[in-house]
Amino acid sequence: MSHTIELAGPAAETTRLIAYWILAIASVAAAIGMVLARKAVHCAILLAVVMLSLAVFYAMEGAPFLAFVQIIVYTGAVLMLFLFVLMIVGISAADSIIETIRGQRMWAALSGIAMLVLLCLVIGHAAIGSAAPASAKFGNGNVTGLANLIFTRYLYPFEITSALLIIAAVGAMVLAHRERIGPKPTQRELAAERIASGRSAPLPGPGTYAQHNAADMPALLPDGSQSELSVSAVLTFREAEGPPELPGGAPESGPAGSIASAPSESHEAGDQ
Amino acid sequence: MTGSGHAPFVINSALTVLPPAPLHATGLQDAAGLLLAFPLLGAAILLLGGKRTNRWGHLVGVAMPLLAFAYGVAAYVQMLGYPAAQRVRELTLYQFINVGRFQIPLGLRLDQLSICFVLLITGVGSLIFIFAVGYMANDPERRRFFGYMNLFLAAMLLLVLGSNYLVLYAGWEGVGLASYLLIGFWQFKNSAAVAAKKAFVANRVGDVGLSLAIMLMFAEFGTTNFTGVFGAVHTASHGVVLAIGLLLLLGACGKSAQVPLQSWLLDAMEGPTPVSALIHAATMVTAGVYLIVRSAPIFDLSADARLAVAIVGAVTLLWGAIIGCAKDDIKKALAGSTMSQIGYMMLAAGLGPAGYVFAIAHLLAHGFFKAGMFLGAGSVKHEMDDEVDMRRFGGLWKVMPITWVTFGLGYLAIIGVPPFSGFFTKDPIIDAAFGQGGTSGALLGTAALLGAGITSFYMSRVMFMTFGGERRWDEKVHPHEAPPVMTSPMIVLAIGSVAAGGFLILDNRLLNFLGPVTGVPPTSHGIWTRAGIATLVLVAIGIVIAWALYGRREVPVVAPAGNPVTVAARKDLYGDAINEGLLMRPGQWLTRLSVFFDNRGVDGLVNTVAATFGGTSGRMRRLQSGFVRSYALSMLVGAVLLVGALLLVRL
Amino acid sequence: MVSPAHFIALSVILFVIGAVGVLVRRNAIVVFMCVELMLNAANLAFVTFARMHGNLDGQIIAFFVMVVAAAEVVVGLAILTTIFRARRSASVDDANLMKY
Repeated sequence: MSHTIELAGPAAETTRLIAYWILAIASVAAAIGMVLARKAVHCAILLAVVMLSLAVFYAMEGAPFLAFVQIIVYTGAVLMLFLFVLMIVGISAADSIIETIRGQRMWAALSGIAMLVLLCLVIGHAAIGSAAPASAKFGNGNVTGLANLIFTRYLYPFEITSALLIIAAVGAMVLAHRERIGPKPTQRELAAERIASGRSAPLPGPGTYAQHNAADMPALLPDGSQSELSVSAVLTFREAEGPPELPGGAPESGPAGSIASAPSESHEAGDQ
Repeated sequence: MTGSGHAPFVINSALTVLPPAPLHATGLQDAAGLLLAFPLLGAAILLLGGKRTNRWGHLVGVAMPLLAFAYGVAAYVQMLGYPAAQRVRELTLYQFINVGRFQIPLGLRLDQLSICFVLLITGVGSLIFIFAVGYMANDPERRRFFGYMNLFLAAMLLLVLGSNYLVLYAGWEGVGLASYLLIGFWQFKNSAAVAAKKAFVANRVGDVGLSLAIMLMFAEFGTTNFTGVFGAVHTASHGVVLAIGLLLLLGACGKSAQVPLQSWLLDAMEGPTPVSALIHAATMVTAGVYLIVRSAPIFDLSADARLAVAIVGAVTLLWGAIIGCAKDDIKKALAGSTMSQIGYMMLAAGLGPAGYVFAIAHLLAHGFFKAGMFLGAGSVKHEMDDEVDMRRFGGLWKVMPITWVTFGLGYLAIIGVPPFSGFFTKDPIIDAAFGQGGTSGALLGTAALLGAGITSFYMSRVMFMTFGGERRWDEKVHPHEAPPVMTSPMIVLAIGSVAAGGFLILDNRLLNFLGPVTGVPPTSHGIWTRAGIATLVLVAIGIVIAWALYGRREVPVVAPAGNPVTVAARKDLYGDAINEGLLMRPGQWLTRLSVFFDNRGVDGLVNTVAATFGGTSGRMRRLQSGFVRSYALSMLVGAVLLVGALLLVRL
Repeated sequence: MVSPAHFIALSVILFVIGAVGVLVRRNAIVVFMCVELMLNAANLAFVTFARMHGNLDGQIIAFFVMVVAAAEVVVGLAILTTIFRARRSASVDDANLMKY
């Protein structure tokens, strides 16, 4: 970094104080919200908030390189990875509130409080003095200093960690790989299959005409029933969402009902 | 206090007599190992040779004791050539144990006492072996029988020839083994197997006494050699000498079937009759008397031990006599008689030097007449198709005259009619008992006197029931006289029954011979003493009563109920019941208690420990619920505890 | 005056929240995210200590923690996807076969 982030003078101190308190409260709130949120996507967003405030803290503490790495790698790559998987799994799958393991919540709360108390005692007893005087390594020479350390004292961990990354990448590929049992069907075979199956049009997408467009939300047929074909076989079929309230009353009444009934019969006849 | 050796022995009042120091055996006597080698060779050939030797095995079996007897006579003749002070000879076959201070040679001692026994064992033994050739002629296992008998002979000779107590003990154990094998010879008979076991166990109890005595001797004197022990015994304290004496007495009780270890002798009659004759009449059961007489220097130093021996002898002679009165089995009646006569010998041995010689004299004479009577009983049994119940005999004197005559001579000898053997050997014992003086002398003498009367009663009963009266036997049985191979030994033994007693006692012959070894009575007795006359009176009364009950009257074939004394005598004076109640049942309870304790207590403890672990693990595995969050909870709790612990350390 | 103690306290609080979140949530992805929260809290502590001691070692360690966390997320999510494909459930309670 070209200029130090650490500002001098009492104004800098006040700025830092205000910044600290706001961000601290925000991150704690976000963390608690992450634990309590029902939908997984909300948890991801709140975690992003926590990570970003931590990036600011790193910058405040004279670790600018780390701050940017936090934003770019951690928030930008890792958290996005989380969101991708959430999409695959089903974005609106909400956890139920009921706890299935007896006493889990009570013991979790107790242990949490105990841990908090003990660690606070540790802090109280530890000699946490004030910050060391600012040096060139913090700020201007941060990257250089880090690079120095990585390639001298921490060379072995560096090499081993890179090996670890390679192994992780290969492992992910292996885990996600699906073995092909038979020969790969050619385009001609696929087309012939499709015609022979009786349905030449593609499958309906999920959530069409539904109120939510999650991957596990079934599409609604014109007569209001759910189409099983619209949801991938991998996902658990979500029940309980009945047909939406359309303006104009119940779908059975009126020409919409008759229109709905006839095409549905033919549609279902073709929908084997 | 030994004499110069060549004059007739001076009767002195010295009570302690040290036997002369042994010299090394020379000449023929140096080959005394042959006495052991012959019977051992016979046993080896017969037992190891197996069925191949069946046809000629019995001849080898008889030849060996004859060879041993020949050697014994030669050694005896050689011994007579020595002056009296030089007759004790020892030789060593090899060094048996050589461990620092503990030196035991396998040594043989040829002195006057042992040569008497050697002649008795081999002589009477040979006769009985010849009898057994005929008696066991129909038994397919005859070869094995002779093998065991030779084994017995070897062990018995080792017993009497040993020059130290440990070799004696080796022979002691050997005869116990041979007795077990021979009593249980007919293995298929359950009663025989049980009797053999009983004999062995009762003997074992006695053996403990003997082995403890030997250990005590070694601990006190550092040696078990006769010479060493007898030379050093005067240095030991009274208590030790008394202990050794009592322990030796315990051993003798076991082997000689004295009270309290008498229960096995009557059951031992399950064995073949030659076994009963040789082992349980003439030789093995007299080993106890040999032990006491051999240990004379020890007993001479302890009047209490001697008194114990005499009391045991007196009690047993009455016990055996009473039992013998009620037994209908001829062999068991003779066994009771054996028990009683050995009681006499023990009584004599318990009188100290006053009685040792008479004990040996009675022993030698008893060997003749009791063996003769047993062979007679065997001949009767052989002819009566193995029937032994005297109530089924009767009138046999017409059919088996030789048996009748030889048995009758033995009978006259045992009851003590002059001039037969028993008169010369039994009366001095009774006289010596009275001669001891004091209350003990009076009681012992009275007991012996009474015993003589009862002896004549039951022996006359046996005679009248077996040979006298009318025939009571079955139609199917056709008794006739036994074959010559069986009658010839009986005739020889009958001659011994007649003459042996007189030969030994008259002219102080045995006294002069044995004196240097055992000591001599302080006062001499004549042939006719007051006690002797009283004995004869009682003997006559006994004969008369027996005649009245069994000679004149019809003997019922089925045994009548009898008065309480008869019932008690039939049950061996409740000897078995006492043993069972005192020892066997508590022993069984003890084992049952141990088993219970082992099962419940020890096993229970082990099983409980195992079950505890099993139960604990069964409960603890429920912690493995499979839920990741439970595991995560335990991790967090663990971390909390860790931080807490670290904090505690730092505080 | 913002002293390192403030940051350490914040780190502790975030860590505890993350730990409780692991125990309480059932959705596997949310559990992962709580683990990430704990790692971030630890990173904050490291950086604070680096500033306290005046050398860069804490920052190096925080850097490596980030790298390893990235690798861990990759593999963990791949596993999660595989399990989800097989069992059609993203709940950690459903993967309870390793029980007594």
